[in-house]
Amino acid sequence: MNVTQRPNSFRIGPDPTGHFGGYGGRYVAETLMPLILDLEKHYLAAKDDAAFQAELGGYLKHYVGRPSALYYAERLTQHLGGAKIYFKREELNHTGAHKINNCVGQILLAKRMGKTRIIAETGAGQHGVATATVAARFGFPCVIYMGEVDIERQKPNVFRMELLGAEVRAVKSGSRTLKDAMNEALRDWVTNVHDTYYIIGTAAGPHPYPMLVRDFQAVIGNEAKAQMQEAEGRLPDSLVACIGGGSNAIGLFHPFLDDPSVEIIGVEAAGHGIETGQHAASLSAGRPGVLHGNRTYLLQDDDGQITEAHSISAGLDYPGIGPEHAWLNDSGRVNYVSVTDKEALAAFQLCARLEGILPALEPSHALAHIMRDAPNRPRDHIMLMNMSGRGDKDVFTVADAMGSKL
Amino acid sequence: MSRIEARFAQLKKEGRAGLVAFVTAGDPDMATAARIVEGLPAAGADLIELGMPFTDPMADGPAVQLSSLRALKSGATLNKTLELVARFRAKDQTTPIVLMGYYNPIHNKGLEAFIAAAKQAGVDGLIIVDLPPEEDGALRGPAVKAGIDIIRLATPTTDAARLPAVLEGASGFLYYVSITGITGAAAPDADVVAKAVGRIKQTCKLPVAVGFGIRTPEQAAAIARVADAAVVGSALVNEVGAAKTPDEAVTRVHGLVQRLAEGVRSAR
Repeated sequence: MNVTQRPNSFRIGPDPTGHFGGYGGRYVAETLMPLILDLEKHYLAAKDDAAFQAELGGYLKHYVGRPSALYYAERLTQHLGGAKIYFKREELNHTGAHKINNCVGQILLAKRMGKTRIIAETGAGQHGVATATVAARFGFPCVIYMGEVDIERQKPNVFRMELLGAEVRAVKSGSRTLKDAMNEALRDWVTNVHDTYYIIGTAAGPHPYPMLVRDFQAVIGNEAKAQMQEAEGRLPDSLVACIGGGSNAIGLFHPFLDDPSVEIIGVEAAGHGIETGQHAASLSAGRPGVLHGNRTYLLQDDDGQITEAHSISAGLDYPGIGPEHAWLNDSGRVNYVSVTDKEALAAFQLCARLEGILPALEPSHALAHIMRDAPNRPRDHIMLMNMSGRGDKDVFTVADAMGSKL
Repeated sequence: MSRIEARFAQLKKEGRAGLVAFVTAGDPDMATAARIVEGLPAAGADLIELGMPFTDPMADGPAVQLSSLRALKSGATLNKTLELVARFRAKDQTTPIVLMGYYNPIHNKGLEAFIAAAKQAGVDGLIIVDLPPEEDGALRGPAVKAGIDIIRLATPTTDAARLPAVLEGASGFLYYVSITGITGAAAPDADVVAKAVGRIKQTCKLPVAVGFGIRTPEQAAAIARVADAAVVGSALVNEVGAAKTPDEAVTRVHGLVQRLAEGVRSAR
């Protein structure tokens, strides 16, 4: 385990070379180096450009439907009998998840850079749908790489992407899930460097992606902070979010990192259980390594080969995690726990019945942690969860797991 | 003088370009791969580029991906790859061997431990695809001390502003990736490559090897006219993939290397 010194602020990363402590960086083929250096230059300029921010804000308001609601989950709170539970309703965004926040930001960046073709990888299909959506809206041709296994378990999203005019390319290599989709997207990018913009969907990959995805998702935490002030007149006591690559989590967490009273909990997917080896909990059971452009915690074998992750949730089924989470883990600022497929399924059903909300299987993991944790907390403990996506895409998977035939 | 320097000096004396043959360690299995590697110099390879198998070869096309998977399936590991090199080195003290692969298995073994083992085995250089100059400092330190070259890559996107960063600290030779794309993709246009190599040679004092997309003796000859070496990889591992038996894999690879070497040797 790497030991990180406690910094003065948890919000200053990455350093100018793209590192969060010993994590992150730019581990890419030379062909891509000039591109990511160029992307960084353009992003930093856009970030300080009031016109860019105003345009982004306009789309977030009128197209995405922001701000998303902060919702007091009253019946869940009563049922669990402890902490007061709030949801940040990212599932109410256009396209049904937080992914669109980042896609709007990146497509505006692509436009600004004069790129004319969009590619992306997707696991659950939410990022693919969000990318296909913004590509349609801005008139870009769009190719989405998706593992064959994920295509099978997320059929509705595949059809949605096609309706939006995107071409979904099935990835048949490796484990045929998210990591292989990312490999294939990188291969496309390295081939089509001149006109193509790669919209990475999570806060991972080579610098500057972890930084810019985080910045585009930080709207979640910034809004929640203000909304909580309005609802309760104070900060929440704890934050809970699920983690695959970690974009919804870092988006909620980042604005609160320097508020020491706020306890922060990230929930990884334990799949069939950490002890079975079939899981996607890279922080709980992985080791630092280098994959997909960044140094971070990875699931790997004794030889440094990447092992296949498992989660019932396609969006969490990834053997790595964003580098800022790796750093927040080592520095102790965020506590990372894990939840099994079974626990997530139970939380999915409970939420549907008590709150009339079908959560995606990804935030069902966060919810499952809350089911364990909330009863042990006092009633004045305010717990804020990121409801990062809606569960419509998962009904087939859930039906299958429950033994129902649709 | 390192084995790489000596080999390029010899090629210069002979007035010809070299052939760099790429195969993957452990493809289709370690014993057969050892036979393939051991026969490469006699078949006409001037340098050997040996692939270290990895589960996620992000810059490689289908041919090298499949080769890597065959190797991993047959039980290839980084340590076994180094054993293969040591076995080769015991019989051949002059042909340079450059390991090509991705950073994670090296990172996993530990940089110092890896360099020490590579030195011991007789490795001459390293091409780590996902380790650009910005990130290779930690490996380059021990490598330089051990006399192992870190082979840098230049590509069509490496413009005049970027090239000095690539050349700073480069040694052995420069690997020019002839196309923007993955290994085994479309063949490069030799005229375009000639211009790029010419541009690079204005500032680069190292020999320049050109690879990606070269598969026939004619293509290798065309590159051999404009560069110091031509690298062939996907076409060779495809021969392994097409073979029905280990013996056939050995024969097929050596046969293609012979034809490629004739192409390279007849180029100028």
